[in-house]
Amino acid sequence: MYLHPEVETLSRPDIEKLQLKRLKATIDRCMHSPFYKEHFQQCGIKPEDIQSLEDLQKIPFTTKQDLRDHYPFGLSAVPLEEVVRLHSSSGTTGTPTVILHTQHDLEEWANAVARCLYMVGLRKGDIFQNSSGYGMFTGGLGFQYGAERLGMLTVPAAAGNTKRQIKFITDFGTTALHAIPSYAGRLYEVMEEMHIDPRRDTHLKTLIIGAEPHSDEQRRRIEQMLGVKAYNSFGMSEMCGPGVAFECMEQNGLHIWEDYYIVEIVDPVTLEPVPEGEVGELVLTTINREAMPLLRYRTRDLTRILPGDCPCGRHHKRLDRMKGRSDDMMILKGVNIFPIQIENILLQFKELGNEYLITLTNLDANDEMTVEVELNDFTDDYGFLQNLTKEITRQLKDEILITPRVKLVPKGSLPVQEGKAVRVKDLRKTLI
Amino acid sequence: MTIHQLSVFVENKSGTLLQVLELLKEAHIQLIASTISDTVEYGIYRIICSEPLRAYEVLKDAGISANVSEVFAISLDNEPGRAADAIRSFSETGIGISYLYSFLLGGKGILVFRTDNTEKTREVILEKRLQYIEEENLVKMA
Repeated sequence: MYLHPEVETLSRPDIEKLQLKRLKATIDRCMHSPFYKEHFQQCGIKPEDIQSLEDLQKIPFTTKQDLRDHYPFGLSAVPLEEVVRLHSSSGTTGTPTVILHTQHDLEEWANAVARCLYMVGLRKGDIFQNSSGYGMFTGGLGFQYGAERLGMLTVPAAAGNTKRQIKFITDFGTTALHAIPSYAGRLYEVMEEMHIDPRRDTHLKTLIIGAEPHSDEQRRRIEQMLGVKAYNSFGMSEMCGPGVAFECMEQNGLHIWEDYYIVEIVDPVTLEPVPEGEVGELVLTTINREAMPLLRYRTRDLTRILPGDCPCGRHHKRLDRMKGRSDDMMILKGVNIFPIQIENILLQFKELGNEYLITLTNLDANDEMTVEVELNDFTDDYGFLQNLTKEITRQLKDEILITPRVKLVPKGSLPVQEGKAVRVKDLRKTLI
Repeated sequence: MTIHQLSVFVENKSGTLLQVLELLKEAHIQLIASTISDTVEYGIYRIICSEPLRAYEVLKDAGISANVSEVFAISLDNEPGRAADAIRSFSETGIGISYLYSFLLGGKGILVFRTDNTEKTREVILEKRLQYIEEENLVKMA
């Protein structure tokens, strides 16, 4: 049941004891990083000021901008010859960021991913296919090494080419697949076109989904379509990649590995800790990394800690599924709205497909939201379509407090999302 | 008593209508009548054509949202007042017309429509001896 029972079943006090020990060692290592050395000096903190986990709050946050400003090696805490791998973000918003790994870091990363996969029932003998992009994107190599660590036959199918992907699934007898949720839907569509019934014609039983916020309804739908159990995976390149937090078989929250990370949830505006159980921005401190430790890194991901114990016997805290990104938040007429809120409503209508697009406009200084959503089965019944539109609009309004314009569109008319789905188009013009 | 009508869910975007028509052309489907409304939210393109069921398959295979429904088609003499007479028969029995379109075919006025009560409509057509058109005859007339 546990790959690493000695850490997975640690009691809370023992987890915290381990964390403090590793935090202190991490801070000592940080003193070799030009960035942190300066950071600590500027704030007047010395490593010996950190004597408890609470003392962590004395240290200022680290942001993505810090990573950019010190690109490429400014946060390295080891001599460069100790570094054996680097991963880089796409840098779509400017300078890319770089994450460095020593051999130890890669070993521990693979161990974390292996632990996650073992937790959802995967074993040596399973055939694991990874539809992540390889190369700089960490979902590729991250799962590759973790799955191999577990002893599984691991197929580096990589992203795209859906028909080939399906051919691999049927030819190799793939039992477990890693895919982003929107791509899982796409796979099913193409299987249908190819007259392949995933339940009858494949051995798929486990799906790992992540990298893209999705709702429980969407997960259930994917499970039903493909005849699998789907488990939510959370990771980010700054924290290695996949293997940061993962659902156990209870499918109720993602255990974050607290022997690797210290978790904080803060208000994204005030940066103060939120009360236990409330939604805020996830802040992580790496405590098991050599090359590039990050202290209080602002992930921009919004989530909360689920209260209570998990029946699986692990005491590592559980994160709720991601509620979106603090930078995905839309502000419309002064109301904060996250795309996931809209998605949750849309997915409750069986008449609607998986694809939707939110467009924001401002005519005459008046913010407006248009939600386009694909209709699964078209029926030539105007009254039915009108009532459906009305009902969707009403439920959305109840959730987001403003009235969007809902537009039902034919299936296949919204762009198919093969990568990270773009769900929001903000066409608002600044008037000042 | 009813005929098949092909309805296509078209996006309000330049080129989508043409795509549908090109597909039907390639499949040698003959259009007899068609109508499209200009609502902002969604466009429904309704078509009376030869081989509507095959036409539906053609569109479906091309990934276009469509469906086939049953509508009434009655033939009227081409002179003033005949449409009013026909519609009066329905109104008198409390039948509501959901939508209707008309065209001339072989010297006859053709009314194509759907009502809110199919059973009652059938009764009225029989009772008032309205000239309804069978699908195969419609294609022959064209």
